[in-house]
Amino acid sequence: MRSSSAFWPALALTAPLVLFLAFAYALPFLGVALWSVTLPEPGLGQYERLVGDPLVQSVFLRTFRICLIVTVIAVACAYAVTYVWVRGSRLQRRLIEICIFVPFWISLLTRAFGWLALLSTRGIVNASLQALGLTDGPLALVRNEPSVIAGMVHVLIPFAVLPLASAMRTVDERMLLAARGMGASRLRIFWSVFLPLTLPGVIGATLIVFVFSLGFFVTPAILGGGRSIMVAELVYLRMFQSPDWGLGAAISVALVVIVAALMGLLARFARLGLTGGGR
Amino acid sequence: MRIQRPGPVAVVLALLVGVFLLLPLLAVVPISFTPGRLLTLPKGSLSLTHYRTLFENPDWLRSILLSARIGLFTSVLSTTLATSFALGIWMLQPRFSQLLVGFVLLPMIVPPVVSAMTLYFLLTGMSQMSHSIGFDSVIGVTLAHTVMTVPFAVVMVLVALAQVDRRIDLAARGMGASVAQRIFHVILPNIAFGVATAALLVFVLSWEEIGVTLFITSVDAITLPRLMWMGLRDNVDPAIAAISVVLIVVTLLVLLARMAFQRRPEFEEE
Repeated sequence: MRSSSAFWPALALTAPLVLFLAFAYALPFLGVALWSVTLPEPGLGQYERLVGDPLVQSVFLRTFRICLIVTVIAVACAYAVTYVWVRGSRLQRRLIEICIFVPFWISLLTRAFGWLALLSTRGIVNASLQALGLTDGPLALVRNEPSVIAGMVHVLIPFAVLPLASAMRTVDERMLLAARGMGASRLRIFWSVFLPLTLPGVIGATLIVFVFSLGFFVTPAILGGGRSIMVAELVYLRMFQSPDWGLGAAISVALVVIVAALMGLLARFARLGLTGGGR
Repeated sequence: MRIQRPGPVAVVLALLVGVFLLLPLLAVVPISFTPGRLLTLPKGSLSLTHYRTLFENPDWLRSILLSARIGLFTSVLSTTLATSFALGIWMLQPRFSQLLVGFVLLPMIVPPVVSAMTLYFLLTGMSQMSHSIGFDSVIGVTLAHTVMTVPFAVVMVLVALAQVDRRIDLAARGMGASVAQRIFHVILPNIAFGVATAALLVFVLSWEEIGVTLFITSVDAITLPRLMWMGLRDNVDPAIAAISVVLIVVTLLVLLARMAFQRRPEFEEE
């Protein structure tokens, strides 16, 4: 029981931000939702296009496919680095910290540019391959789906590390000790004890990474070169190239609904105490 | 003490992922010294042409200054709002505060493209009142960046507050301190480092924000990322390599400065 004398001052302290976001974020979002049912004419026409239009459908399907692949790869990679980060020697920890947190602070644009520098026709990879005589001409390594996936995985790995780390830190060492005492091999301890114990963290990381990946815009737009368009880029194109604000708004509302459903799922796991660290 | 250190397989896998994470950052460096106009490795001679462009081309300089200004405004506004909010939450009953925290974290969770559309709606609306506060204006971009960065600042300050011993606040209250005295003399000095980190993070996030900025600017408020975007979409300009190297170096310096000021390392051997 904290004293109620501070209730009103405390509420007043929270008020500026809550009011600011109510006016600058919540209300305009309702405006966007309104666009989705009024542009170009009142009705649910835009939502019918969401499910009926083959172009919109193919973009949504591609987005889900790419995001699933990206999520699986990113969580697997993050699991490996987090494992060493949490359980490794001091030196290993320092090195991993640099690898995870330095790219995290670097702009998305710089990182996308780095991939272009590596993978473009005259880029570092192609130049080295040709110098070694392994290939005759340049390979098309960029402006395609695999390069989009590589770029997205790169951005998302750090987001998967934190939930995984909090799950791995709660593993009871005595369980591993018991397994070893009973003669389990290194692989067996990992596979039958450690991995199942950290599974809640894996689920949490998977949901978070998937949710984040759905709205990706900058990385796919640059590395995809306008060929494999994802949902977020479609919104941009509908806003600024072929003005079709109603459809852009309808896609935005659909994205929010999908993300809300996934976050609801995540909250359920957290409430059941299944995700490590209660995220 | 860990009974089992990671085996060689785990270490090699983690190392590969680590290399993957650093690779695109390292790739930028040699490209920035290429003498040509194309994205190639320098052959034979190194050149600083592209670094000179950054200082000679007024577009780059103007964008750098604009981004720094917007980053500073955003940092002050966002950190102030977030700190006030987090202090309030810290003093409130937990049950009541969960909903409020959930609400203010929304811009971090909602897909950026949806936030971009929402802020486009807001700013084009505000433009009807005055052009200097809406779409494609410094104030408009600052407001939008504040919306996008404030959840990160809130998280940072809440984390700092979670480490404050409530008994010192209780003691202050017991001795008759007012709410203002408790905040300014007891709580704030204890979370100063967390607030400073939040301000720094907000500055960096605003400095490199592109997803939303792309929707809400056109010709006047060309921030640095916006200018980089224009040079990245079509013909990739090696000047971007030079600016990228500058950005990476600045970020590294900021991270190092933060580490130097930190009283105790965050991730120590338990």
